[in-house]
Amino acid sequence: MNNALVVVLLASGVAYGTPLLFASLGELLAERSGVLNLGVEGMMLVGAVMGFWTVQRVHVGSGALALILALVVAAFSGAVMAAIHAFLVITLRANQIVSGLALTIFAGAVGLSSYLGSDLNLADVPASRTFHPFFPSTMQNWPIVGPIVFGQTPLVYLSWACVVAIVYYLARTRPGLNVRAVGEAPGAADAMGISVTKYRYVHTLVGGAFAGVAGSTFTLALTPQWVNGITGGAGWIAIALVIFAFWRPELCLVGAYFFGALQALAPELQARNISLGPTELWTNALPYAATVVVLVLVSWRGASRRLGAPAALGVAYVREEA
Amino acid sequence: MRLTIERRLDQPRWLAAVVPVVSVAAALVLAGIVLLVTGHDPFSSYRKLFDAAFVQTGSVGQTLIAATPLAFTGLGAAAAFRMRLYNIGGEGQLYMGAIFGSGIGLLLGGAGGASPGVIAAMVAAGCVGGALWASIPGVLRAFFGTSEILTSLMLNYVAGYLLTYLIFQSQSYWRQTKGFNATVFPTGKPLPSNAVWPAWNVHAQGGIPIPLGAFFAVLAGLVLWVLYKRTRFGFEVQVLGDSEGAARYAGVPVRRKILAVMAISGAVAGLGGASQVGDFSHALDGDPNGLQKQAYGYSGIVVAALGRYNPFAVLLVALLIGGLDNAGNTLQGADFPSGLVGVIQGIILFCALGGEVLVRHRLRVARRVAATPELEPVA
Repeated sequence: MNNALVVVLLASGVAYGTPLLFASLGELLAERSGVLNLGVEGMMLVGAVMGFWTVQRVHVGSGALALILALVVAAFSGAVMAAIHAFLVITLRANQIVSGLALTIFAGAVGLSSYLGSDLNLADVPASRTFHPFFPSTMQNWPIVGPIVFGQTPLVYLSWACVVAIVYYLARTRPGLNVRAVGEAPGAADAMGISVTKYRYVHTLVGGAFAGVAGSTFTLALTPQWVNGITGGAGWIAIALVIFAFWRPELCLVGAYFFGALQALAPELQARNISLGPTELWTNALPYAATVVVLVLVSWRGASRRLGAPAALGVAYVREEA
Repeated sequence: MRLTIERRLDQPRWLAAVVPVVSVAAALVLAGIVLLVTGHDPFSSYRKLFDAAFVQTGSVGQTLIAATPLAFTGLGAAAAFRMRLYNIGGEGQLYMGAIFGSGIGLLLGGAGGASPGVIAAMVAAGCVGGALWASIPGVLRAFFGTSEILTSLMLNYVAGYLLTYLIFQSQSYWRQTKGFNATVFPTGKPLPSNAVWPAWNVHAQGGIPIPLGAFFAVLAGLVLWVLYKRTRFGFEVQVLGDSEGAARYAGVPVRRKILAVMAISGAVAGLGGASQVGDFSHALDGDPNGLQKQAYGYSGIVVAALGRYNPFAVLLVALLIGGLDNAGNTLQGADFPSGLVGVIQGIILFCALGGEVLVRHRLRVARRVAATPELEPVA
């Protein structure tokens, strides 16, 4: 039963979807505050390499502690990368698109992450510590829910906690409501006495931290080693996912697992000798094509405003010009 | 003491020229600090970089090979960014240009020396391929108001997977199916000899072949400059870029402009794809670690931004960044960290973006004034 295609796809969908989920939650926070950060791929890669470096080179007593430290380091390095973007677009009001792309070039597969990976000699060795499934193997063998729910690493459960926390934060807390105001009407928020600059900085940096953790999900759990460009475009899918989810964290979860399952579809079908046309082409391209379709739907007749695009997304805030 | 940024009322012309130069210089200093921190000698790294890019035997030829596609993608990006139309799909448009261009080359080509007719057809096909691919986000933006930024970006991946599919996962027209090598590793079908673009040899540095594509790039830059600076079309694009409201009020057909500018931008990037096939690879390169790893489309945006969207400056910057890329490729390994080129490119772009602020705004250092200034004692 647990070998049924649907179960396998859902289980790997959750596993492969987790980095997408972390990264898209981070991007969602930044975008809700009005900052579009196209540097997700770069921040993820730096998080991936620094998280991996931590488990390889920093020696602490227990394995669990090393992994937690690795997540902290990954989050911190993602936030440092995001700080460059934040300074350029919030303080200096540079173009958010060009700055985000610059961040991906600077930090990405041809930039800093690759530099660090080769300079710190991290390539081609397996991770010395990795995240393992959390629950005992008897629970993992339970029908259906076993592999999907109980067969996952602690990172998956952490991501669920983050979804709940962010839903609560944006809907029920004072700072959460403030950040929505900053993203929708920075002028009004400023008049209310909310510091637009501070909110945007904090959420862009936290977004970077999430991207860093997302990257380390690859090097510490999914494919526990360092390979140049290991994220393979996941950062771009994460950006697409935020739109796909209409800027809502709970829908990010659904979308992430859907896109994650798509990634597992082609090899699974091949293993079962099922042919559905050019499987690899359409399963790889589908997340991107689907995002284009969703983008059209949300932008049609201003639907994007109703569906949740922050009104001030991508627009620098200047007090005297607002 | 605090820094405030105020808008400049007039933008001095000299600043526009000085800022990119200072940006590059500042970037080299910052990247030098990165090198120092990680235990490398920046001076020797930079000297090696410069040698490998412009001095060594054959280096200028290699730099031209790296710079040609960047010139195309840079010009393509500049053409759209000028109107604040953020076409970041140059990557995918280049692939489509390569697919279309090589398709026509394979179809029409034959034996013998380079044929102007076949090459012209490849150029046209490359432009059409890129323009069509760019027109998808163009149409979506013009008719549905969908942000072209994300759609053009998403289509890069679709085009990339299509490229891989044509060579690796299917028996397509572009794939070499005959011969021993074809069964070992999938490759593109080689272009017939008269569809291979010629190069001019300059007798220096042991012979520098200037690819035909480089001439096309200069020509494209010239055409774009005339189009944007000397025609009504260009003026309307400029107005539209500065203020859409003003343009609408003046009766500029906004929709048509979006469609046209996206198509032009895509066509130039697509021409770059045709040049990749005709000038250099002579077959469609579907390897995910080949053409797609070069990220010419994304680097093109760096080139365009650093050239401040001016076609001639873009060509010059393409040569500079091309040199950097070339040096990065030749020096990789040894004591030259692999990601250094991306780090330098990224920092150059950050500095250029920061510098852009100085062109438009002035920085003022204001001392915090005490709330109630003390009165001067009267003598």
